[in-house]
Amino acid sequence: MNAFVYLPDVVTLELNVDKCNGCRMCTIVCPHAVFEIENKKAVIRSKNLCMECGACAMNCPEQAITVKSGVGCAAGILNGLLKGTEPTCDCNSSGGNCC
Amino acid sequence: MMKNRPYIIDNVKTEVGEVPVVATKWNRRDRLDTLKVRWSIGRMKYRIIPGIYAVGAPDKSSRVFVSANFKLSFDHLRKGLAGQDAWILVLDTKGINVWCAAGKGTFSTKEVVRRIRIHHLAQVVDHKKIILPQLSATGVAAHEVKKMTGFSVIYGPIKAGDIKAFLEAGLKATESMRLVTFPTVERLKLIPVDIFYAKYYMLAVPAIFLLLSGFTFGKYSIDLAFSSGWKTTINLLTGYFAGCIITPALLPWIPFRRFSWKGLTIGWLAAILLAFWGMLGTNMPEIISWFLMIGGLSSFMAMNFTGSSTFTSLSGVQKEMKTALPLQISMVSLGLAGWIITKFIVI
Repeated sequence: MNAFVYLPDVVTLELNVDKCNGCRMCTIVCPHAVFEIENKKAVIRSKNLCMECGACAMNCPEQAITVKSGVGCAAGILNGLLKGTEPTCDCNSSGGNCC
Repeated sequence: MMKNRPYIIDNVKTEVGEVPVVATKWNRRDRLDTLKVRWSIGRMKYRIIPGIYAVGAPDKSSRVFVSANFKLSFDHLRKGLAGQDAWILVLDTKGINVWCAAGKGTFSTKEVVRRIRIHHLAQVVDHKKIILPQLSATGVAAHEVKKMTGFSVIYGPIKAGDIKAFLEAGLKATESMRLVTFPTVERLKLIPVDIFYAKYYMLAVPAIFLLLSGFTFGKYSIDLAFSSGWKTTINLLTGYFAGCIITPALLPWIPFRRFSWKGLTIGWLAAILLAFWGMLGTNMPEIISWFLMIGGLSSFMAMNFTGSSTFTSLSGVQKEMKTALPLQISMVSLGLAGWIITKFIVI
């Protein structure tokens, strides 16, 4: 159904259901509907849709979610490789264009 | 000041001083600015001064919407607030849009808290709710903002165009308002950014190819450089545009999940057409060299579009690049070496 699915089985998203307090915040902030609520607890519905933006982990008050978030952007990763840093799309210093 | 900010139509007095009132309709100048921003013309100049703005005739009970100071973000928000009386709190995201700024850490918990404090939001309104765009959640922890300022963060819809429906539903966004999509129109809007990826190389590289085309078997003819050299320019641009225009435009219909494979597919299809038109040369080594260069170039540019896409993960792109980047570099270098050799050796 979805042509916009990227590579399967690579995503670093993890949810510790025991810590979940059922606040639903992850279902609100996720732009790809990765989470849903079952029996008053969050569950991961479709992990392969996750783009690792990190919004869920950021807004989970119980820190039940972990994900290695960052820019899913080839130019950013290349940028990081060249500078020897983490992937970054930080191009402010050059005063040029940016996303 | 006002001359450069045509969207300000009035001023309103508040407890914290005069606040500019902004238009909810775009004028010709706004539309022209939008076009310029998309085509990267002085893109970073279009920053909104951080602070509080008014829409309509807001009072102390009116809603507060938080935005980035990238002009397009701000423009879409004020347009989405047509017919409402509301406040806008503009953060300093260094002129970057909401989602990217949240990812980079400029649309952050810290910045939201800081702006609430320095602009005395608690004196402008007598309630404790602020509405943030959903995509800012990557950088903002709602519970932290609440802890530090007392303001509850409500995540609004992704698109400012859905704000009216969101308000009417009692601050509830439907599931479709919460999903980021990537339809053709959106993809086309983002293509110009990548067209300028190569900047001045776009002129320098074809110029070098043009000069080199003058060689046959090591002898040089300036006439030949111009009579046949234009073909090399077309070939190079075809590879480049196959990757950064055609592939993004046709993205969901090209097989393969990896952007690099999608780009290679389109690059080679284009190369086949060029070969039929005799653009790639007359001998097999030269034609193969062009296939390698066009394929590698198109594949690389297509892979770059992962940065514009709304669904590629860091882990995924890293996995893709691990195999694709060495392959692309090898293809282009081999192709380049092969092509130069055909200019100097009798085949």
